[in-house]
Amino acid sequence: MEGFIHQVISGIATGGIYASVALALVMIYQATHHVNFAQGEMATFSTYITLTFINAGLSYWLAFGLAFIVSFAIGVLIERILMRPMQNAPVLSSVGIFVGLLLIVNSLSGWFFDYTIKQFPTPFPGKPMWGGYVSGHELGSTGVTLVVLIGVYLFFRHTRLGLAMRAAAFNPVSSRLVGVRVGWMLALGWGLAAAIGSVAGCMVAPIVFLDPNMMSGILLYAFAGALLGGIDSPLGAVLGGFAVGVIENLGGAYVVGTELKLTLALVIIVTVLTIKPSGLMGRVVHSRV
Amino acid sequence: MRTSWLIALAVLLLAVVPVMRFSDYHLFQLTMVVVYGIAILGLAILTGFNGQISLGHGAFYAIGAYTTAILMASWNVPYWATLPISAVVCAGVGFLLGLPALRLGGLYLALTTFALAVAIPQILKHKLFEEWTGGVQGLVIDKPDAPFDLPLSSDQWLYLFSLAVGVGMYVVAWNLVSGRIGRAMMAIRDHATAAEAMGINIAMLKTRTFAVSALYTGVAGSLGAIAVAYVAPDSFSVFLSITLFVGLVAGGAASIGGTIAGALFIEFIPNLADKVSKSAPSAVYGVILIAMLFLMPQGAGGFIHSIWRRIFKAR
Repeated sequence: MEGFIHQVISGIATGGIYASVALALVMIYQATHHVNFAQGEMATFSTYITLTFINAGLSYWLAFGLAFIVSFAIGVLIERILMRPMQNAPVLSSVGIFVGLLLIVNSLSGWFFDYTIKQFPTPFPGKPMWGGYVSGHELGSTGVTLVVLIGVYLFFRHTRLGLAMRAAAFNPVSSRLVGVRVGWMLALGWGLAAAIGSVAGCMVAPIVFLDPNMMSGILLYAFAGALLGGIDSPLGAVLGGFAVGVIENLGGAYVVGTELKLTLALVIIVTVLTIKPSGLMGRVVHSRV
Repeated sequence: MRTSWLIALAVLLLAVVPVMRFSDYHLFQLTMVVVYGIAILGLAILTGFNGQISLGHGAFYAIGAYTTAILMASWNVPYWATLPISAVVCAGVGFLLGLPALRLGGLYLALTTFALAVAIPQILKHKLFEEWTGGVQGLVIDKPDAPFDLPLSSDQWLYLFSLAVGVGMYVVAWNLVSGRIGRAMMAIRDHATAAEAMGINIAMLKTRTFAVSALYTGVAGSLGAIAVAYVAPDSFSVFLSITLFVGLVAGGAASIGGTIAGALFIEFIPNLADKVSKSAPSAVYGVILIAMLFLMPQGAGGFIHSIWRRIFKAR
């Protein structure tokens, strides 16, 4: 029983990381109906930026904040330069662009920061807490993830900019008519997604260690989480991310073993898409012919 | 009529000249071009002509390769006899995977197949199958020698063998795509509802296209395994699937001839780029992929085709 509780709690901790990546995916999906295959690689790159700042002698949280801002800028730039012209392109082209982006960012990570596996510091105390059920990092990263998620929620609910961004995603034509600069809202969305990715990267790097392919598995779980919760529902994506974290941990511990954890993500994706394609909390889309 | 003679002549030249003049290593590279060509052709049938985007064709390549390797290593089946078996196995798997794919629109299918591509090395490594697949170590198989005491090295023979298989499969694909079924496939890609209204059984055709596509890529995997004489889970990582996809886009998604350009591209560009830096090949892939989509959305095949038309049919 104790083992079970431990698995659930560490599942929630990793689930928080999946939830933030899933949220980043959903934000881009809502605004543009594209799924960003490069989200994971972008997060890895941001994590490297953080590490560079830390190695340059900055304190952890300063480096973390700077990387957040740099990632935001990178996200905006990518939207402006690459995604803008592809707005109305067929799905094959947009998938191609994202795959190209994935390859480029991945090789840039390897090029700038080389391929060796690196340790990444955690700002949280290492000793176990709450009677040994949870490590300091697990608790801390869950806390950080929650802060980010709540922050994003408040931003979208209670600021004018957040409202404008929601409007631009929901109905671009009408938003443009009332004076929202839709193009810039999409760019901001990209920036925000990239910045959230940087947080997720920094939180997961102490657990899995940092290398250029760090996020490929995590991206898969995030996809699974986003689909489980409904790819057009931010709240659903967050809950889905947490759920996938727990399912993955329990499945890995009791059912399939750690070697097949990634396959579990595949199974979740296929199951959700065949049984309930809109996810648990997504809108069912009816299209007229 | 004249073009088909030209093509026959070109194939003959392709068979004779390299075998006479090239070193074994360069012949091996050409064999891999043929292999990648067939694999990309499979992907083109599905993605280019039928509009079902797959980022996971490396999985079928892996299944084909492992079918051949297991048959050769455990049951001593001759290498040529493994091809039809691997074709049947891959077509079956493709058909089964085509069933859930029916319910997935473009983007979701890309996502699911991407997940498949990420997961396949883990599945291949799993201890349940270790007895056959050799686990992490993989399987070593013997490179076949030329039959009937022909005075050819095994690389020369393998090149000719792959070329023969490849030519056969390209001819079949060409006929498939330009005939009634090919038109139905493209109709589904362009407007599914209209296609259905014209009496095309969408579910049937889409799953069958999936099966044919998997068959092509699987046979390519078999040939690749024979040529490399070795299979291991980590050579079928997600990067293989992405490579095939890059080859498809570089060559032009809906172009049969373009698949050859795509295969040349993915075989030779990494060798060139490797000289610059270790991370350069995938960066070059990425840059070229994006550049192609911006500048030449029809790919190399579409580009050559349009020049061809301008020269010969503009009058």
